[in-house]
Amino acid sequence: MARPTPAATPRMLHPVAWWVWGVGLATAAAHTTNPWLLLLVIAVAGWVVLERREVGALDSFRPFLIIGLFAIGLRVALTILLGNGVPGQVVLVELPQVRLPDWFAGLRLGGPVTLESVVAAGIDGLRLATTLACLGAANGLASPRRLLRYAPATLYDIGTAIVVALTFAPALVDLAGRVRSARRLRGHSGTGVRELARLAVPVLEGALDRSLDLAASMESRGYGRTAVRGRRERIVGSALALSGACGSVAGLFGVMSASSGGWFGLPMLVSGLALLATSLVLGSRRDARTAYRRDPWRAPEWATCALGLLPAVLLVHAEADAWPGITITQVPLDWPPLPALPTLAILAAVLVAWVTPVPPRLARARATTLPARLETA
Amino acid sequence: MIELRGVGVTYAGASRPSLRDVDLRIEEGELVLVVGPTGSGKSTLLRTLNGLVPHFSGGTLTGSVVVGGRDTRAHRPRDLADLVGFVVQDPTSAFVTDTVEDEIAYGMETLGVEPTAMRRRLEETLDIMGLAELRDRSLRELSGGQQQRVSIAAVLAAGPRVLVLDEPTSALDPVAAEEVLSALHRLVHDLGYTVVLAEHRLERVVQHADRIVLVRDGVVSAPLDPAEAMALSPVHPPIVELGRRMGWSPLPLTIRDARRRAGSLRARLAALDDAPAAHAPVKDAASRSLVSVNRLVVRRGTVEALSKVTLGVSAGSVTAVMGRNGAGKSTLLAAMAGQLAATSGEVSVAGSSPRRLAPHDRVRVVGLVPQDSNLLLYADSVAAECRAADRDFAAADGTTRALLARIAGEVDGDQHPRDLSEGQRLALALAIILAGRPQVVLLDEPTRGLDYPAKRRLVGILRDLAAEGHAVIVATHDVELVAEVAQRVIVLAEGEVVVDGPIHEVLTGSPAFAPQVAKILHPLPLLTVDDVSAALVPAS
Repeated sequence: MARPTPAATPRMLHPVAWWVWGVGLATAAAHTTNPWLLLLVIAVAGWVVLERREVGALDSFRPFLIIGLFAIGLRVALTILLGNGVPGQVVLVELPQVRLPDWFAGLRLGGPVTLESVVAAGIDGLRLATTLACLGAANGLASPRRLLRYAPATLYDIGTAIVVALTFAPALVDLAGRVRSARRLRGHSGTGVRELARLAVPVLEGALDRSLDLAASMESRGYGRTAVRGRRERIVGSALALSGACGSVAGLFGVMSASSGGWFGLPMLVSGLALLATSLVLGSRRDARTAYRRDPWRAPEWATCALGLLPAVLLVHAEADAWPGITITQVPLDWPPLPALPTLAILAAVLVAWVTPVPPRLARARATTLPARLETA
Repeated sequence: MIELRGVGVTYAGASRPSLRDVDLRIEEGELVLVVGPTGSGKSTLLRTLNGLVPHFSGGTLTGSVVVGGRDTRAHRPRDLADLVGFVVQDPTSAFVTDTVEDEIAYGMETLGVEPTAMRRRLEETLDIMGLAELRDRSLRELSGGQQQRVSIAAVLAAGPRVLVLDEPTSALDPVAAEEVLSALHRLVHDLGYTVVLAEHRLERVVQHADRIVLVRDGVVSAPLDPAEAMALSPVHPPIVELGRRMGWSPLPLTIRDARRRAGSLRARLAALDDAPAAHAPVKDAASRSLVSVNRLVVRRGTVEALSKVTLGVSAGSVTAVMGRNGAGKSTLLAAMAGQLAATSGEVSVAGSSPRRLAPHDRVRVVGLVPQDSNLLLYADSVAAECRAADRDFAAADGTTRALLARIAGEVDGDQHPRDLSEGQRLALALAIILAGRPQVVLLDEPTRGLDYPAKRRLVGILRDLAAEGHAVIVATHDVELVAEVAQRVIVLAEGEVVVDGPIHEVLTGSPAFAPQVAKILHPLPLLTVDDVSAALVPAS
């Protein structure tokens, strides 16, 4: 690979490149249970977000990380309460066991809590949290709305719906907060289950109002206008796209999960992708939409994709070949090693913080604060 | 350009039509103002112009609406997008993208404008609306006035010939509103656009209008000459009220014209000895202090929303808090109501810190009517809402209902709170808060969406509250309301108190915050039409 020129001129990186990079890292994380590697992935994602998130862009890395921490906590708490079937030897604490009726076979409530089962649950949670952090990073680096611009016409309607829904969730949280503080104006604490039930009505009503406003605005600005083609073509296009997407997902699942065997996965994936491609070609031929200022795709974009896909490919391969240190042994518990090659691959992903151009506003902000920083130093 | 023939609109499930027998012709290159009380059918009329009614709203439309030769029966809003631009009241609810540039480009993208043409038009639009500096900013970072300008630019860039705007300035401070209106004025005069807009704050827009359409109970007048229309209209700004009382004809609509007419009135008023006494300073030093804020700092994220604010408010007074969008008005009120924690400094209301009181004790001391009064309402009928409020505040049964009746007259108890008019909903929220009998009553932007009669009723209520010994604090952009009701004005800028003084000193001296009567009668310290009448009565 030719050394990519670290773009001197600030510009936004192509959103597709950021998402390939983010999803690549997430895939890598999904294929290992080594906590060192997982933490490394989070650190890499966090560092790149710090270095390349545009000023004023939504900071979604942190909320996703918080959700991840919550997932770990939940996982561990459930394991302590219910156990997870990991046969451990080091008993941490013996909880009083509730005798369950016989037809609850296989379930237990309380009982001995082993270190091994808690660690296994924690690592499982960590893996989920890492995947979420990677998606949060991609979200913050390139907003899904920018990504939508590159969605082919056939998927544009569905894509818009998804993006509106995605960006709607934060608005809902915001609204819930405001309704809760308004509750306090009526002398309620705004906490507790009954209070939460009370919040539901105004929050949902407000949310509905907002989405109707947005829909009206999109409608009066011509959304969906170019999708008016022949009705039959539209149906054929959508059917192709949908079955293609289903096929690809099923195929991908087959390829990725080792247990179901790869035999049906690959043909499924290939035919699914072929269907999808056909529908996209059919759709884009009739796409009358135009795009304002398409982001260019240059060396930094290629490099970003490569650096994201490298750890993904390596770890998928490593897991399949059972390299040491990728899937750690839970019983007996041992400090996991740090496998050299995967570590290097994940570390390489942080290079995007150097090979990609700085977003314009961030560059300006740095240009104005840097001299001041130097002076004080 | 726009032609409505025999239009009637009836929404699904409604017993009466919202619009009846509308025949209206609007010529190209006119700025037409739609005037009417709340709930009269203004919004419905606007929404028929690009087909949102009935295509989006449902209901039945009879007759025909033809815009630029296209009939809305055959064309959906999206098919009219290249002809009619529609700007909704709350710009944030209409944004589809994240940044200024993307938002402006969105409409052009859906219309399939050629990329090179799109670049050119985008640059032009940025210049016309004065947004070039903000082009790569995130929409969430902008002030209210800037957001409203972006939402106008976004529909403008798509190249429509008609712009329809529903209350474009109601959420804006006077200066930002002037910015938006002068941009619209430029579009009409320099570029020949046709603009149709509805607005409650007539004092801001009436001088820009070429024609006025009056709407009342679903009946729409023909486009009238503005002065003629104002002589008839039940809702009118103070300048018109003054002109009517003085018997000026034709009615002056701009401050300049009114000043020319008012020469003899000014001379007469100046000759009176006690003219400035219209706003007698209220028992200031004597009454006890209820609110004291000491070096209050509130930080929200990295921004210092309030920095070292110090002020005191006494019982029996009405104080107005003014300032630009984002100056910290709402933050100050929220801090006083104990909704927000102080980063440093302290707030004390009636001797205790509201933040430290439990919610059900706090509401006895300080009550806040939030900007969006919907946030306070949960029940599915007015009667149920009132009963719930009685329980919330442990008040005697029927307290809230009686308060509501006193504020808004009889309101049908079976109605859903969302079906109330803007003014009635505010009255309900205020009645709920007053059921707790708080010593300090805070209102955040209460006149948004209120017409003049509703505003007049609000003024009466606030005066009564002050007379009963409450301390009332109102955060608002509405200078005319302030002129009517407040004794003292605090102006915030960037989280700091810049001005704090008696109303006639603050309002008469300021070009942005002076009410119309003050501008007309400058340098006399009179602020409202009632002040003028009161000053004249002993003379005659």
